[in-house]
Amino acid sequence: MADLAIETENLTKIYGETRAVDGIDLAIPQGGVHGFLGPNGAGKTTTIRMLATLIKPDSGTARVLGFDTEKQADEVRSRVSLTGQFASVDEDLPGRDNLRLLAKLYGYSGSAANARADELLEAFGLTDAATRPVKKYSGGMRRRIDICASIVVTPELLFLDEPTTGLDPRSRNEVWDVIRTMVDYGTTVLLTTQYLDEADQLADRISVIDTGKVIAEGSSTELKASVGSGTVHVRVMHRDDRDAAREILTRELGTEVELSNDPQALVANVSATGRVTRAITALETADIALAQFSLGQPTLDEVFLALTGKHAETNDEEAAA
Amino acid sequence: MSTDTTTEGAATALAPTASAISKALANSPRPARPGPLATSLIFGQRAMLKIRHVPEQLFDVTLFPVMMTVLFTWLFGGAIAGSTQEYIQFLAPGVLVQSVLMITMYTGVTLRTDIDKGVFDRFRSLPIWRPSALVGMLLGDAVRFTIASVVTSIVCLLLGWRPAGGFVGVTMGVLLLLVFAFALGWIWTFLSMILRTPNSIMGVAMFVLMPLTFGSNIFVNPETMPGWLQGWVSVNPVSHLVTAVRAFMDGLPVGNELWITLGWSGLLVAVFGSLTMWKYRDPR
Repeated sequence: MADLAIETENLTKIYGETRAVDGIDLAIPQGGVHGFLGPNGAGKTTTIRMLATLIKPDSGTARVLGFDTEKQADEVRSRVSLTGQFASVDEDLPGRDNLRLLAKLYGYSGSAANARADELLEAFGLTDAATRPVKKYSGGMRRRIDICASIVVTPELLFLDEPTTGLDPRSRNEVWDVIRTMVDYGTTVLLTTQYLDEADQLADRISVIDTGKVIAEGSSTELKASVGSGTVHVRVMHRDDRDAAREILTRELGTEVELSNDPQALVANVSATGRVTRAITALETADIALAQFSLGQPTLDEVFLALTGKHAETNDEEAAA
Repeated sequence: MSTDTTTEGAATALAPTASAISKALANSPRPARPGPLATSLIFGQRAMLKIRHVPEQLFDVTLFPVMMTVLFTWLFGGAIAGSTQEYIQFLAPGVLVQSVLMITMYTGVTLRTDIDKGVFDRFRSLPIWRPSALVGMLLGDAVRFTIASVVTSIVCLLLGWRPAGGFVGVTMGVLLLLVFAFALGWIWTFLSMILRTPNSIMGVAMFVLMPLTFGSNIFVNPETMPGWLQGWVSVNPVSHLVTAVRAFMDGLPVGNELWITLGWSGLLVAVFGSLTMWKYRDPR
């Protein structure tokens, strides 16, 4: 039990009529990255806020690093750190002052706090921006100062709530590298994300969360395997051919073929990849010109679709997260 | 050659480096946990830093009191006391109280903004005495209230106020006022926990402050008021505060009013401090 970073039992939080978190059971081992994947409003943030002792569960229990989040909140707080969805530093103050104040709150003396702030700023490439107010930072710099603030005292467990939402690809890669460095050092990271490739890239294990419940759990490979061993993507050259192609593919692959939003594309999950070659021959015999034909692992979006019946990334409505 | 090294240096300074991050992670002692007073003072320091970096926020504590003092002195002076010169002797301690109490509501507005921005999530997830973020904020506000008191006093002196209590009397009066303002601040911190927008906090605060300040003995002697209003004025804690502050500043014996005011202050902290902390533990 002491080996578990996070252990919850029937964790529940209700806001009015909404069951924001609806009986979540988790057993997350220490080390590595665990991902919470789900659309906006799925309950990811609410769960993290309960685990970080910011809000109390309405029922159920949670233990973080072996400590009860309600009865031993102080023990939990001294071992974990949270980087929230929005800037969790003071925007009006320069980055350096933010870090200095935090270091002092952790008990550093004045000069030690200064040294710690400078060390972190340098490690995160923010030395040039040290004296500028955080509100003048770019999105990527802001994320970096946020993460700096979370490791003023190195936490055993770090909560990262959507760390790359709204970042450009380069800043996103930088944040990913920072996360990997921290994991190599031995910090356990719990990451929420609505980006499928982010979970794919970083997380050792993923809990797929939807409407307050964990609907699937496993490594990204396991989750993909649960959908089928592969996915066939087909684009026909002429959209009029799509229905005919669908008929042939359904027959040859022996599985259901979905029509994508793209009027020329079709998608099918296959369990036996051997039938794919037969399908391609059949399409050629029927004289259907193809723009694309590929066989690959299913994406997490397809996993999500298979699990919930809806696309992960199109479900964008804001809810009490 | 030398230019190459500088560009290289600048480039490395702009991106996070894995080795330096690992080193920073490893180089992290856990100092002894600071006590409640220490952390409260650090949050007070944060408030000071914010004033230094956003000096505009001193607008309300400087211009607002000046405007009120000048306006009320010239508006009522002739009608109530025959001349502004005479009226300012009566009004000065009261208008000081009014200026400071009115700006206490910005405490709640600032806190709500801070909560919305997510900074308080960070503070609340720290292993420190939980109220210290709020106590420190109110301590920082005490500095703003002091500035407001000094500014108002100077304006009153310029308008001809000559307090018989002298510097010591005025200082004592201001100190008592600061104690009460600190206590009143907890009402606004509580409001900022239960109301969702800074505007709604302003609205409710005005609704509370209007009867508290205008329904008191700040502007006129309550003897001319109808009975029901006299009843309110006599129980209004602000009236007791104003009477005590006046006594200090006029160099008269303060008597019971001092203890009544301190009692109210203690009660406000006990009730609204507890309510605030109860909500602070599990906010929306």
